[in-house]
Amino acid sequence: MSNSNSALNKKTGLTKGILWALTALLLFVTLFPFFWVFRTSLTPKSLIFTEPTAIMPSVRTWTHYGRVLGLIDRARAIELGGTGQSVNFGLNILNSFIVSIGVTIFQVLFSSMAAFAFARLKFRFREMLFALYVSTLMIPSIVMMLPNFVFVKDLHLLNTYLGIMAPTLLMTPFAVFFLRQFMLGINRELEEAAFLDGAGLGVVFWEIIIPLCANAMMTLAVITFINTWNDYMWPLIVGKKEEIRTLTVALGIFRLQTPQGQPDWGGMMAGATLAMVPTLGILILFGRRIVNSIGFSGFR
Amino acid sequence: MRETPNKRKRKSLDKQGAGALLFLLPSLIGFAAFFIVPALRGIFLSLTDWDLLGKPGFVGLENYGKLLTDEEFWNSMLVTVKYVFWNIPLQTVLALGIALVMDRVTKSSVFRGIILIPWLLPNVVVALLWLWLLDPAVGVINSTVQSWGMKPINFLTSTELALPSIAGINIWRHMGYTALIVFAGLQGIPREVEEAALIDGASPWTRFIRIILPYLRPVLAFVIITSVIGSFQIYDTVAITTRGGPITATYVIYLFIFKNGFESYLMGYATAASMILFLILMGVSFLQMRIMRASESDF
Repeated sequence: MSNSNSALNKKTGLTKGILWALTALLLFVTLFPFFWVFRTSLTPKSLIFTEPTAIMPSVRTWTHYGRVLGLIDRARAIELGGTGQSVNFGLNILNSFIVSIGVTIFQVLFSSMAAFAFARLKFRFREMLFALYVSTLMIPSIVMMLPNFVFVKDLHLLNTYLGIMAPTLLMTPFAVFFLRQFMLGINRELEEAAFLDGAGLGVVFWEIIIPLCANAMMTLAVITFINTWNDYMWPLIVGKKEEIRTLTVALGIFRLQTPQGQPDWGGMMAGATLAMVPTLGILILFGRRIVNSIGFSGFR
Repeated sequence: MRETPNKRKRKSLDKQGAGALLFLLPSLIGFAAFFIVPALRGIFLSLTDWDLLGKPGFVGLENYGKLLTDEEFWNSMLVTVKYVFWNIPLQTVLALGIALVMDRVTKSSVFRGIILIPWLLPNVVVALLWLWLLDPAVGVINSTVQSWGMKPINFLTSTELALPSIAGINIWRHMGYTALIVFAGLQGIPREVEEAALIDGASPWTRFIRIILPYLRPVLAFVIITSVIGSFQIYDTVAITTRGGPITATYVIYLFIFKNGFESYLMGYATAASMILFLILMGVSFLQMRIMRASESDF
């Protein structure tokens, strides 16, 4: 018995080593690219080509950030490695924030109202309607995107914040589904007591359901914000105008306009780093919530 | 005694019917305007010839007929299917591996947060990041390869490697996230079952095949079906890195639809292509559900 036990332990010792090595490898593969992006954003133009593998360039500079934020005038920017395009990621970051925060607030609010109706209220065709909501999760995004573009164009909302926000502003099937699942699991005692006391639906929703769902709503808000912040194709289609571009669209256009032979890597990596900051901030603040929501909802 | 509360309940239910509508209204408007109507309008538009100006002219099934013989369309479909095959199997295996390693080594939520980072970031950023790392001239990977005296590898600029490279980028982006779903599934396996197998002297391989895989089957089925659907819709990474090239090596179906719809303004043709994609995806999902449910019964 003790023999087999020590054999098992020996084996686990070796296995453990291998497992830890694999874990370290995974961390390296995950994190190294981000380090490299940041490192490149600090590398002066000439050193990008002469010190391509240095862990840190011999000279470091923040000018790429100044350049892509439009803080440095054009002639000087070209000298520093710019291609002469006018870039102002500061404005694009602001646009991304406006769109993402707007969508997050309204989508979570209206979806929670719908989820309340689906989870708690009785009305005709309830199950059918809910099934219809959920079934659209299966449709590839482009099927709706083409007609939605036409619709937004007909409403004269091209190149407006509202146009970019419109399709996800009032709901997404996922948001309603997510909150309904959560509400189904809440104890009904409190609301039933409130109903018996003669409270109306509005009071029950605001004063009982919302506080009980605050956690789930916060999680959904984080997911919605990240999805909207990351979105590329839709804002590209409806918001190409320079003043309205979100950060992902601006980064994409910046990349496409970059000259073939001499890409502005420093500028691109500075822009990429800026685009990561909000996500990393959210991860630091709400990391546990995000991580746990993946176990809970299973998707998205 | 029993009647009063029941009556009261029914009364409150009637009130609820009207109230429910108020609560549903904003989401119903959004759902109708941006999900149901466009889906139906898409079907209609796919039967027309329309360049966004004037009125759509009804052409029946002409667009579908043209698509069926359009080599560019079928080529982009083929490229997409190839991409899915480069992407999904490796991604799923890696995710399963990561989940199993995590299960043994660490359950820390900091670690889980870290491996989730690539998935949380914008596709555009991930694409730019890898475009830079894989650059043939000064990217860090090829510079290192060259310093070892080897020729640079044309990851995104050769017809053979471009598609697998893009699959690699997306595997990198999705494997941590997928691993977390599988990991959550692993936590659902009853401890007693694993312990019993250990006491019986089952080898790790046997435990993996006989216990872990069968328990994980529903989770894996979910993961595979949803990631296949997502994989068919690859766009951002390609649009940023290769734009369909070299030649047509990465010209995926979303690029085809995007080009026809938003660059050539062939709305009817583009929507028809999107409908065919939808039908193909339905078929693929249905087939997968059949296959995976069938094999589920062995446990």
